[in-house]
Amino acid sequence: MLAWTIYLSFLGAVAVTLTPTTRPVIARFLALLTTLAGLGLAIVAVAQNRSGQLITIVRTPWIPALGIEYHLAADGISLVLVLLTGIAAVAGVLFSWNIERRVKDFFALYLVLIGAVYGVFLSFDLFELFVFYEIAIIPKYFLIAIWGSTRREYAAMKLVLYSFAGSALVLAGMVAAYVVSGERTLSLETLAHFPFPVHFQMWAFPLVFVGFAVLAGMWPFHTWAPTGHAAAPTAASMLLAGVVMKLGAYGCLRVAMMLFPRGLDPWGFHVLAFGSWQQVFAVLAVIGIVYGASIALVQKDLKFVVGYSSVSHMGFVLLGLMTLNQVGLSGAVYQMFSHGIIAGLLFAVVGRMVYDRTHTRDLGELSRIPLARLIPFAAVTFVLAFMASIGLPGFSGFIAELEVLIGTWRAFPWMTWIAGLGILIGIAFSWRALQATFFGEPATAKVPEEEMPPISVPERLGAYLLLASTIVLGLYPRLLMDLILPGLNGPLFEQLRQGGWR
Amino acid sequence: MTGSSYSELLRLTAPEIVVALTGILVLVLDLSFLRRASLALRFRSAAVAASSGCILALAMLEGFSAPGGLPAGMLVVNPLTQLVQIALLVLAILVFLLTDSARFTTHVGEYFALILFATTAMLLLVSTQNLLIIFITIEFLSLSLYILTGFDKESPQSAEAGLKYFLFGGMSAGILLFGMSLLYGLSGSLVLGSIAAAVQDSPADPLLTLAIVMVLTGLGFKIAAAPFHMWAPEVYQGAPTLSASLVASSSKVASFFALFVIFYLGLMGAVGSAAWGHYSAGWAPVIAIVAVISMVWGNLAAIAQTSVRRLIAYSAIGHAGYMLIALVVHTGQSLIALVYYVVTYALATVGVFGVLSALESEKVDSIADFRGLGKRAPGLSFCLLIFLLSLAGIPPLAGFFGKFYVFVSALNVADRSGLLWLVMLALAMSVVSFYYYLRVLKQAYVSEPATGTVHIQVPAITRIALWATAALVVILGCLPDLLLSRIAAAVSAIR
Repeated sequence: MLAWTIYLSFLGAVAVTLTPTTRPVIARFLALLTTLAGLGLAIVAVAQNRSGQLITIVRTPWIPALGIEYHLAADGISLVLVLLTGIAAVAGVLFSWNIERRVKDFFALYLVLIGAVYGVFLSFDLFELFVFYEIAIIPKYFLIAIWGSTRREYAAMKLVLYSFAGSALVLAGMVAAYVVSGERTLSLETLAHFPFPVHFQMWAFPLVFVGFAVLAGMWPFHTWAPTGHAAAPTAASMLLAGVVMKLGAYGCLRVAMMLFPRGLDPWGFHVLAFGSWQQVFAVLAVIGIVYGASIALVQKDLKFVVGYSSVSHMGFVLLGLMTLNQVGLSGAVYQMFSHGIIAGLLFAVVGRMVYDRTHTRDLGELSRIPLARLIPFAAVTFVLAFMASIGLPGFSGFIAELEVLIGTWRAFPWMTWIAGLGILIGIAFSWRALQATFFGEPATAKVPEEEMPPISVPERLGAYLLLASTIVLGLYPRLLMDLILPGLNGPLFEQLRQGGWR
Repeated sequence: MTGSSYSELLRLTAPEIVVALTGILVLVLDLSFLRRASLALRFRSAAVAASSGCILALAMLEGFSAPGGLPAGMLVVNPLTQLVQIALLVLAILVFLLTDSARFTTHVGEYFALILFATTAMLLLVSTQNLLIIFITIEFLSLSLYILTGFDKESPQSAEAGLKYFLFGGMSAGILLFGMSLLYGLSGSLVLGSIAAAVQDSPADPLLTLAIVMVLTGLGFKIAAAPFHMWAPEVYQGAPTLSASLVASSSKVASFFALFVIFYLGLMGAVGSAAWGHYSAGWAPVIAIVAVISMVWGNLAAIAQTSVRRLIAYSAIGHAGYMLIALVVHTGQSLIALVYYVVTYALATVGVFGVLSALESEKVDSIADFRGLGKRAPGLSFCLLIFLLSLAGIPPLAGFFGKFYVFVSALNVADRSGLLWLVMLALAMSVVSFYYYLRVLKQAYVSEPATGTVHIQVPAITRIALWATAALVVILGCLPDLLLSRIAAAVSAIR
């Protein structure tokens, strides 16, 4: 039944294009219904599979000549991310209710993107996963290039070229894995148990890992993220930061680390004090954390602040993956979910609530508008979102970052300090952005109050949905942990546990 | 030749005979009955007659033609050649259906007859293993294409393109013939099988090297591989759209197949190796070099183009590079991959030219002319989206699977990662190609139409043909097994 998340999204996209252009409201409601149905299916699936074991949904030959299958399945990790996609998709539709230009096209592309994302999270055949991964690229381009803002065409092109280059690396690794295994299959279940030669894993792992990590915003391949996020329309930035970056992190875990775990082994020699790919990528992740936060500290454009904060937070995901212990890995998956919700919330406030009303994102100009008085709801949401973002207890970000830090402490004790420094800088930039946006200087160039439309119902609903998610998961992490841990301890990750797991 | 082998000849060449007779029939019909009819009617009836001839030939191929052959490899009909012939006929039919919006000439009968003659030549080219017949059919094909290229008598560009194509073509035909004569001198035979035996005995002969390079030069011209590609941008841009689409699609299919057959069947003894670190002299490294130059130059030069047709021409050079990888690999699997790739590539290219021909009346040439196409002709630009994304290799379209399979075959050789360098280069270049295809699509979908432009009307037949082509591209991408299993069965039947 979970497969219908994919089919419904694609069918919804077709249905949206068939609605009359003169009645955009039909397209909106259709998109909302489709995403709600997807979320409903995700919730039902989570409720039914509390154990987080691997469940097969569909498995049928697709290209028999090559042994490629159409294989949809889900374990705990997939379920968590499918749930995230469902929530982010609904919130995205709610926050793009005010789109007036080419409404049908917008929601059709949006639903195609959602369908492809569901597809990636549910694919258990590598070929199929790759197909969905690439399908997701095209709608991103048009969503940003048509409905975007700041330098949209440049940002859109940069984003898709980075994605495409990353997926080219993945494709090379995938073809190599197919050929080397000689099993005539790309089923993840089979390949996960196939003992690839160590020297092969040593070059295939970094190839595939970097290919996916480009989309996860790993420093120094992160530069598409801030420009892309800033240029994208609100719903697209919510999806980009909230879900699409998770595609990359998910691929790192599900493909690179699950199939080529020995690629993380020590090389047996040292280059520039690095002894293994694990150390290389962990250092890159930590640099991403500190660098992203530091750049966010000096940005003038509010959306860029949030964009760079995403780079910083995704650094925690990658760092968690590289700890190679259960605490760190489960923290990484938890952070994927948590950041997906919080980034969505931040972009919603910045892009929809603030920018669509003030038409500026410049911190200097925003500080002259008494926004906290004009749109108090946005101010409260923003405060809560930043509290979640800097990892205050009670929000999901706290659990995730704590686990990643504990995991890091076990793997690379000294890095914990640097990552902690990143959190501190995170508090600083959040404070600065919050202060300037909502609690700035008394207005000198005062905006008449009647010009600012009140916060609409869809915005409120979307904000409640996201806030509730982060708070519930902050207070009761077992809700997801019970899914993530069986996933990580399942048979698929056996090689990883035997190999690099410490 | 005895009497029985004449009947054999007639039986084996029945599809070719049907197509050639249709050509003459179209000529007669147009010059007699339709002399005074309107241009639209003449185009339409010629298209109908020509397509029915091709459909008849298709039916003969599908229905009742058994494998067989003539002595000395002059004619070899096996499941694989039949499959390629079917693809050629389907492409020809698509070209005819797309002519509905073309009105560039009053010599309708001659034009269609020439397309049919070119198709006959291609059908013969893919079903022979004799150097002499290969050369004759290539010349037959080329002469038809030269005329087709220069057919638009009112356009100086068309004349220039035709002349350029002819001069380059004549030169390369000479080189090809020289190379073939050297092969004949070395082996004393024109049959690929006997040449293979002779080559096996003395693979390091310097004359053989010369012959290989010359044959590759001559055929490299036909497939527009760099550095023998100079004619391609001019022809794609200057020729009447339909002639260009024929040059770009079915002529590529036939030439690539012939190239593979010559090297695979005739010169296997001198193959050498292009594997990284295991280089050894032979034709594989030479072709690898041509592939690299084509991929790099074709894709990089395409970035700088402002005319869509020239962009497609340079992208075709890049695609020739990808397809040559399959030849470097030279396994049964890579032959399957090559046939799949070239057929799906030709489909997408015919589609692109179909869109261009539907836009003929708009005088669309530069990329900027595409602005707002998504609003002005939603169906047309959606088809363009499908074709260009397929060329760029985006799943789930056919172009992606073609690339994927070529790469799989390239790594699936004894020395696993020997050709990895070629695959990585191809992947890097496909990222580049994504950029310029997206530039065209950006104009179509992101830019607003210029003020004062109107909706574009597309004739119904063209529309149907375009949608059918787009549907084929999507279906073959989603279910590659439909075509793949047939190719694989045909390849295994001949080995």
